[in-house]
Amino acid sequence: MAKANFQVPELKEYAEIPEIEPGVMAHSKTFKSKPEFQDALGFPGELVEDWQKKAIDKMGDLLGRYRSLRVYLDSCVKCGACTDKCHYYLGTHDPKNMPVGRQDLLRKVYRRYFTLAGRFFPDLVGATELTEDVLGDWYNYFHQCSQCRRCSVFCPYGIDTAEISMAAREIMDHIGVGQKYCNEIIGKVYKIGNNLGLPGPALIDTLEGLEEDVFDDTGVEVKFPVDQEGAEILLVTPSADFFAEPHVDGLIGYGKVFHEAGVSWTMSTYASEAANFGMFIGSYDNMRRVALRIREAAIKLGVKRIVFGECGHAWRVAYSFLNTLAGPWDFLDQRYPIPQHICEFTYDLIQQGKLKFDKSQNDDKVLTYHDSCNVARASRMGDKPGGQFDIPRAIIREVCNHYYDMDEETIRDRTFCCGGGGGLLTDDLMEVRVKGAQPRIEALNHVIQEKAVTHMAAICAICKTQFTKVLPYYGMDMDQIVGIHQLVSNAIILTGKESDEQSSESAQATA
Amino acid sequence: MSFISDIYAYLFYFATLVLLGGVAFKILQYARTPAPLKIPTTPAPTTRVGVALRMTREVVLFESLFRGNKWTWIFSWMFHFGLLLVTLRHLRYFIDPVPVPIQMIQPFGIYGGMAMIVGLAGLWTRRFFVDRVRYISSRSDHLILGLLIAIGLTGLMMRFVVHTDIIRVKEFFAGLYQFEVFVLPADPVLLLHLLLVALLMIIFPYSKLLHAPGLFFSPTRNQVDNPREQRHIAPWAKRLEQE
Repeated sequence: MAKANFQVPELKEYAEIPEIEPGVMAHSKTFKSKPEFQDALGFPGELVEDWQKKAIDKMGDLLGRYRSLRVYLDSCVKCGACTDKCHYYLGTHDPKNMPVGRQDLLRKVYRRYFTLAGRFFPDLVGATELTEDVLGDWYNYFHQCSQCRRCSVFCPYGIDTAEISMAAREIMDHIGVGQKYCNEIIGKVYKIGNNLGLPGPALIDTLEGLEEDVFDDTGVEVKFPVDQEGAEILLVTPSADFFAEPHVDGLIGYGKVFHEAGVSWTMSTYASEAANFGMFIGSYDNMRRVALRIREAAIKLGVKRIVFGECGHAWRVAYSFLNTLAGPWDFLDQRYPIPQHICEFTYDLIQQGKLKFDKSQNDDKVLTYHDSCNVARASRMGDKPGGQFDIPRAIIREVCNHYYDMDEETIRDRTFCCGGGGGLLTDDLMEVRVKGAQPRIEALNHVIQEKAVTHMAAICAICKTQFTKVLPYYGMDMDQIVGIHQLVSNAIILTGKESDEQSSESAQATA
Repeated sequence: MSFISDIYAYLFYFATLVLLGGVAFKILQYARTPAPLKIPTTPAPTTRVGVALRMTREVVLFESLFRGNKWTWIFSWMFHFGLLLVTLRHLRYFIDPVPVPIQMIQPFGIYGGMAMIVGLAGLWTRRFFVDRVRYISSRSDHLILGLLIAIGLTGLMMRFVVHTDIIRVKEFFAGLYQFEVFVLPADPVLLLHLLLVALLMIIFPYSKLLHAPGLFFSPTRNQVDNPREQRHIAPWAKRLEQE
């Protein structure tokens, strides 16, 4: 691995709130989106003339469209409750990474152009013109926000920096200043169907290979069907599940669960992506366009149910927005939640006693669980508030013998982001990613020291990718991050599989 | 001294107009702005009753702030609860006859005034001594704290140091209801107290004091978590579907 050209934060015994170091992250700039990536999304290719006016106009437009933006820009009293809550602040010490510091980058411009106080007394209320410097700050610091919403938990008014940072990115895209990573990926979804740009034939090939691997491994024909019309369930999963480690082990797990459930299911080459980066750039239009692909695939394949694989923000878009963006889903079977999370699906089967596990298959691991932010703070599972915390833990406990939670302050709705969400999972933001991961890794380190934890499970493709990359910076192994359905896959006892005893008996019989 | 009384009469008419008109305008603006997506911070209640309970806990107990920062919670809760008692106590200057609960709350109103000052002082101290809070404070944040403390101190001064003729103050405000200007006692402390209160009323709709109505419109707090069960779509988003 390339050596870090920045200081990796030290892991401390107790979490510390650092003193502010203004400007330490001002150098962090992610690559700008090129014209061809911008075009595909309906944005201008490069910085437009009279960008200042266009940006203010766009801000006005968004203020009229999003109550959250208007209320949140007005309501902050600078109480400071959020200042020590952002993992990027804790890891970088840059005060513009404090949620309120980040919001103020937009708020001071809002004040100048949209409030009386800011128009007449700008110095008094900290209002400024939209200058090139301010735009530069927007670009740098709104791409140091993973939109994890941890700050919104602690704000007395529920001010959600994710909403502010989405609006800022939307404004920047509209004046031709987009981020390469997100916009290129959305373009790939439009053109090829998924974030990784895996074309249909490659996907089919990959899944055939997977079937062979699972057969070799278990002796059971677990199918991974694609584009199968008339299947009952459409599985939509992050494209990372098709090839990356540890993601693909999770996909194998879903396949085994479906196999045991005895349901027919399929994936779609057209909508072969659960992730929806339209959310990261705050673009309702693009988020809708991506979501509609799933609707089209569901109609074309004639499925009755939609199940989502392990992906954090995909689940947020699915759970909270899919009905809004691409509904109504009246053509699906209304007896099941629409859409359903794979964990809900597996948990239901467990409740019905339809799955058998050999927990000892995971005995080489002592586990902890990382609540992914979009699942924890922006979605639900099951029918009770907090099901998104309980159901994944219940599944883990069902498939393994050794489990410990991390510190209460750092899990459930107070969970720390992995540091790579919100469109930051790109190598040009490695410093931000490594430093932003520090609070989570510190908490992980505690349970490693105290409970001899060896592995951390997560149900988000970004978390898995991020930790794989970032754990080594802190002296840990990349394979210490695992998926829940990877654990399920290890422990599940497949019907039709001969047990070891039987197979040795039959071996003796033939001998 | 009727010149000063006239000025104060107009000042309070103006301040009331700005406060009511300004806040009504902002409330209408918030109410009319669509919330196109369901964004409650979860775990969130799945029913309207649950949301009402969540909101009540936020308004009465400052639940989120309690989780966020204990010192800020203590001071701001002291301040706000003190302010509530003080406001209730002051109702006797504007209502006749004075209802029994308001009569009974009078002594507590004084303690409220003290709690208010202590709370505000605590909040202001944070702005100097916590480097993160110092960084985010603008001049207006300091000025509003100063204004509120000055209102509290002048109020307490009239209770403990230089009394004013309360009967005539009440007459003055009762007169304003009938558009009649009675003479206001020309005590400097009273005049200062009233001037600052009028100022507070005037800046209310244009300042961060909008957090009061804002909280009720915060989608992360006031939305029901039921997006799978019920389709939620804003008018402008609905139009996209017809295209």
